[in-house]
Amino acid sequence: MAHFPKPAEGSWTEHFKIGTEPVSYADSISPEFYELERDAIFRRTWLNVGRVEQLPRKGSYFTKELDAARASVVVVRGTDGEVRAFHNVCRHRGNKLVWDDYPREETKGTCRAFTCKYHAWRYDLEGKLAFVQQESEFFGVDKSKYGLLAVQTEVWEGFVFVNLDPDNTTPLREYLGRFAHGIEGYPFHKLTQVHKYRAEIGSNWKLFIDAFAEFYHAPILHSGQYVSEEAAKIKKYGYEALSYDIDGPHSMVSSWGGIAPPKERAMVKPVERALRSGLFGPWEAPDIGLTTEQLPPAINPTRSKVWGMDSFVFFPNFMLLVWRPNWVLTYHYWPTSYNTHIFEGTCYFVPPENAFQRLQQELAVVSFKEYGLQDGNTLEATQTMLESRTVDEFPLCDQEVLLRHLHATAQRFVRAHEQPAAPAPTS
Amino acid sequence: MTTVFPAGFHELEPFAHWAIQGERARYAKRVASTMEELQAFYDVAFPLLQKGTVYLEQVGMEGIGEQDRNLLWAFCSLVTVAFPVEAWGQPRVPDSGPAGIHAVVEPAV
Repeated sequence: MAHFPKPAEGSWTEHFKIGTEPVSYADSISPEFYELERDAIFRRTWLNVGRVEQLPRKGSYFTKELDAARASVVVVRGTDGEVRAFHNVCRHRGNKLVWDDYPREETKGTCRAFTCKYHAWRYDLEGKLAFVQQESEFFGVDKSKYGLLAVQTEVWEGFVFVNLDPDNTTPLREYLGRFAHGIEGYPFHKLTQVHKYRAEIGSNWKLFIDAFAEFYHAPILHSGQYVSEEAAKIKKYGYEALSYDIDGPHSMVSSWGGIAPPKERAMVKPVERALRSGLFGPWEAPDIGLTTEQLPPAINPTRSKVWGMDSFVFFPNFMLLVWRPNWVLTYHYWPTSYNTHIFEGTCYFVPPENAFQRLQQELAVVSFKEYGLQDGNTLEATQTMLESRTVDEFPLCDQEVLLRHLHATAQRFVRAHEQPAAPAPTS
Repeated sequence: MTTVFPAGFHELEPFAHWAIQGERARYAKRVASTMEELQAFYDVAFPLLQKGTVYLEQVGMEGIGEQDRNLLWAFCSLVTVAFPVEAWGQPRVPDSGPAGIHAVVEPAV
């Protein structure tokens, strides 16, 4: 029996006109398909590489490795305050321009100019070539033609995005679509207390998005996180979302849960009772200038009284989770091969005023990590068995509708890119 | 005699080695400990956390003193130790095998 209403068609999947037949995961176990995705998706779409708070001053910079797009970029705040990104390549001999100790690792800092380690060619914060060592030895090098190669960069609500396609003509806000418009006004700038985690995951990037785009798994895989009577109750109840929505390549799920404080204190673990916090965050929400009812319209879109969190997938690899107790979690999935990727999970809170609040946030962060560890290892188990090709047809339920949409979207981008001169799909 | 922790938390003194800055280091100590060691720390620290709410709520994060900072780190360790003690029955997350998720950015105190 349904706990929450479904669309008139009887299911979310049919409502979005996505097939209900079993799916193949061929797109997640094929090195050839991954090579196509690199060009069709990661070199053509807007990718979130960070937030403006990472660039607090003129000359603040960070690098981002975009292996899937065969690129490394350096993102910097210029002397004019503008945020720009450049390919992290020296124009002289192609050395990586900004790195410390390990060429493949990301770095950050503050500087007045970028100087190549190799021959000291120097670029200003706007990417202009400012100095050539022994310039007179060269054969008429025109410095104005050897600046750093700019990468399209735009900022949405403090999130910095780059697009590696020099021919891209879709502005970021248009690309992000209806969900982004409906989220605008959320006070992300007040959530400056950051905990960031990173993991190397042995699965295709889409499989981890799959894991976080459905909560059908939560009562089972994570049952040990609950006290035992509660685990049994949750398992029997199963999982149903409040609503799903799809906008072009992007999608979202709105979920109930995490109502705080819980109806019965016995439902939660002792440390959660002591700290009044848990996976859904501290039970007392800090002031962000908006009540739950006043949140922007794309958040809790059904205006449900039992709303707990929304999870948005901005294609291809940026997930944004907005939790009822006024905190935010982002996920990024950076492919490194067809069956490996780097996962990043970042928690954003209002800075704690006192030690107790700091501990409440610590519990939310550590809970996320404990769940994530279970998810990460399960993915490797899934990947290896998919690669065995023992089974190649998998039935997905209505609560897994966003998985069908993600894989169909990736395939659509690849098909569109294979047709000559086709523009990247925008919707 | 100087103590690691503020007045009222002296029972934690034998567990001062749990006052560790950094979630990564706290987690490393957890998985390198036996369940008996984790339980012993939990049994002393958890009642102090329950009793200490009012105290902790008046410890401001701006300019936090050394003893209070130690207390904060010890209770952060309790948060991570609570998972094996209250849920897992073992130091590691079950079914987490070779998976590792590591803190790369943490707030300054």
